Amino acid sequence: MDLSGSQTRQTIITLGLLSGALILFTGAVGMIAAFHEREIVRDFITLGQLVLLITPFIFGYTAANRLGMTGEAPIVVLGGGIIIGLLTALPTTIMLLFNSDEFRFLLDWALRLAPFVLATAIAWRLYRQNVETLTVIGSWLLVAVLLGIVTFSLALIFEVKGELRSVLVNINRDWVEVVTFDHRKDLMRGIFIFSLASVAAGFLGSLCYYVPRTPRRALFYGLSVTLLVGAFGETVRLVLQENLERDTLNQLFRRDTLRGNAALGLLVVSTVIGYLWAAFGDRARQGFQNLGGQQRQTTGMIGTVLFVALLLMLPWLIGRTLSDVAVTIGLFVLMGLGLNIAIGLAGLLDLGYVTNYAVGAYILAVMTSIGPLGLMKGTFSFWMVIPIALLAAMFAGFIFAVPVLRMRGDYLAIATLGFGEIIGKLAISDWLKPLIGGAQGVQAIPKPIFLGTELKNPEQLYYIVLVACLITLFVSIRLNNSRTGRQWMAIREDEDVATAMGIDTARAKLLAFTLSAATGGVAGAIFAAKVGSVFPNSFTVFISINVLSLIIVGGIASNPGIVVGAVVLIGLPELLREFSDFRFLLYGALLIMMMINRPQGLIPTKIVTHEIRAGVKAKAAAGD
Amino acid sequence: MAEKPKPKRRQNKILVATGMTKRFSGLVAVDNLDFYIPEGSIASIIGPNGAGKTTFFNCITGFYQIDEGELIFDGNRIDGRPPDQITRSGIARTFQNIRLFNNMSAIENIMVGQEPHLKSTWLGSILGLPSTRREDDDTEERGRELLQFVGLEGKGDMISKNLSYGDQRRLEIGRALASKPKLILLDEPTAGMNPRETIETTGFIRRLRDELGITVVLIEHDMRVVMDISEHITVLDYGRKIAEGLPEEIQNNPDVIEAYLGRGAAASAGKTLAS
Repeated sequence: MDLSGSQTRQTIITLGLLSGALILFTGAVGMIAAFHEREIVRDFITLGQLVLLITPFIFGYTAANRLGMTGEAPIVVLGGGIIIGLLTALPTTIMLLFNSDEFRFLLDWALRLAPFVLATAIAWRLYRQNVETLTVIGSWLLVAVLLGIVTFSLALIFEVKGELRSVLVNINRDWVEVVTFDHRKDLMRGIFIFSLASVAAGFLGSLCYYVPRTPRRALFYGLSVTLLVGAFGETVRLVLQENLERDTLNQLFRRDTLRGNAALGLLVVSTVIGYLWAAFGDRARQGFQNLGGQQRQTTGMIGTVLFVALLLMLPWLIGRTLSDVAVTIGLFVLMGLGLNIAIGLAGLLDLGYVTNYAVGAYILAVMTSIGPLGLMKGTFSFWMVIPIALLAAMFAGFIFAVPVLRMRGDYLAIATLGFGEIIGKLAISDWLKPLIGGAQGVQAIPKPIFLGTELKNPEQLYYIVLVACLITLFVSIRLNNSRTGRQWMAIREDEDVATAMGIDTARAKLLAFTLSAATGGVAGAIFAAKVGSVFPNSFTVFISINVLSLIIVGGIASNPGIVVGAVVLIGLPELLREFSDFRFLLYGALLIMMMINRPQGLIPTKIVTHEIRAGVKAKAAAGD
Repeated sequence: MAEKPKPKRRQNKILVATGMTKRFSGLVAVDNLDFYIPEGSIASIIGPNGAGKTTFFNCITGFYQIDEGELIFDGNRIDGRPPDQITRSGIARTFQNIRLFNNMSAIENIMVGQEPHLKSTWLGSILGLPSTRREDDDTEERGRELLQFVGLEGKGDMISKNLSYGDQRRLEIGRALASKPKLILLDEPTAGMNPRETIETTGFIRRLRDELGITVVLIEHDMRVVMDISEHITVLDYGRKIAEGLPEEIQNNPDVIEAYLGRGAAASAGKTLAS
């Protein structure tokens, strides 16, 4: 066994320390303790513990993949997993020791010795490189003094405060409790269990590399489903509440937590289904590909019908609370589809999309409100104002597009960002206060009335959003695969060449901005009707950023991607309200991870096939 | 397309430039140039690096606005018009460093190229009007025909950046052809090609004229290509025209040899250029 290969050693150490740093960091910001509050499987594992275990597991698997790829022997790969487990536990263990009463002196020592050790190490290196003696001594002094100032003052702070947690607030009892797997009293035992668990997870991770592909995927599906259901126990229970007897439900859940038996059952069932999918999914897809054009179309149609039926029944299936979340997601899908015309198709980085949302919302508010600011006092209904809001937003989009037509890329982004801010300031200004109420906003917006029924529940409003989304989706698909869509894509790829192809780029860009604005207006109007009032602080730059992020995470220019992106970025945070402290941290981490590992987004765009399509058409014509 | 008799083709001048000048803040890139391209010919523009050849192309296609002089294409003045209108009037071009729409498929590139002849509107596309559908089908059909013409049949659905270098060059020409131009400007069509590919490309350029009846202007460094297919050569140096005429005349012109090889080299290098 050869662990001395520098490449191998580097991979293992880097990944191991990364994993360890991740665990220590999540602990230090309080995430692990907060996640511990949420049990995944009753009396078995919490979300916090899951983080502790899954991190070395994933890093072990990653390392095994890399090492296996370079042809290392199994013993090196598995040994690597174990070392990664140990390294994962290391930083947290050190922190645990520093935090304990018996071993606090270690921290003092470490802080006092660190400058000398580091300075000596650096000086030694310089000495080996034949640097002049005077320079070596000088740099030793410099490093020792500079670092010494930092660490000695830290040591002083800790001494005065007496405890680590007065500086690192989240390195507290709760954290120790989770990390030691409930052995706070017996620290050594706790550290032992923690390290053992971490090593086991790292080892299992690397072992996974040797599991054949099909069962591995099956296990992956099974575990993911079980853990997700467990983590979102509250939500799942809300959904099941609508459809199951109370007694059955109580057998599966205790309050919001999955019971052990239920979890085991779910794991088995989902793994079996996962196995079937992993084993036969490819073949099924192959079969679908081989179907004749006619049959394939029929299958596709059935799929679409089933999907639409599911969408139609959704509010009944998921209940009121989740319907409310679904409406919010829907509004963002609507905006995402709209903004995608500008960003995804035409490549115009518009950071002021909130403008259109605000215009739509205020138009609806002012025109339908029965309060003091209402212009029409109930003569205009929701349905009459929606087209007006749409046109107004398009007009706003057009007006704002004219001055920025000549700008490209970064400059365009900054200019549109400015427009978004201008709208926010206008909404809150005294100048427009008589019209739109300044900071007090517009209130008393009536709910839409459809065939005599007031649509006041989220379950009912859901349908308005759904219809709007479907129409937008239809339009966007039609445009994507049209002359106009190709003009936009050409401009996105290379504006100069697009002009050389005979495209009037100014006109095409104006159209992109204008059409893109339309759905923003509709989304704003629906939002205003849903909330019943409109305040300027609803229209911040974060709306624009959210919409942009969901497009990027989902996959630029990909319609299914936008839906998935909205569910992930808008839906999940709504469901994880108790972790709202960490919302933006996770949001940022997710964006960075996406950009590094999957820049094309969760569901990347597929290209429209023109040449093959003709072949299929011809085959279908000949076959039938 | 049937071969037309040569003398008749030579009569008209499809593109005429008089006194054309382009300056970049003091630097004169194209200097008082008088210039014409005979209709139905294959013409070349040659000259040392920095002679203003590509600038000249950019002036014709409206990428740059000329400072003085006038440009007449097919009887109409085109100087001062934006690039999209010039393309619509019948001039297409390719670029020295290939500039395809990289993330679009090959056939989509060609479909965009047909832009000057498309009439459908966004509203028609959303409503799915029969005329729009028909036009889309025609565009696609013609895209396939052109793919076949440039020898990219079966590669139409590939993302164009994944095509091989030679295929990308051909696709760019296909995209230019899609606008049904009367005049096509090719900026170094054989750059970076091996001898065999160069010969293929030379034959292909000839087909553009012979089969499609398009007037071809190329910027080219490979003298074998230039002498092989050109019927009219213009030599530029420092933005000025230093010679013009048939390949044989150019080969033996002392000014040209001097521009290429430096003063005094004229006598000895005549053979090199000719070979």
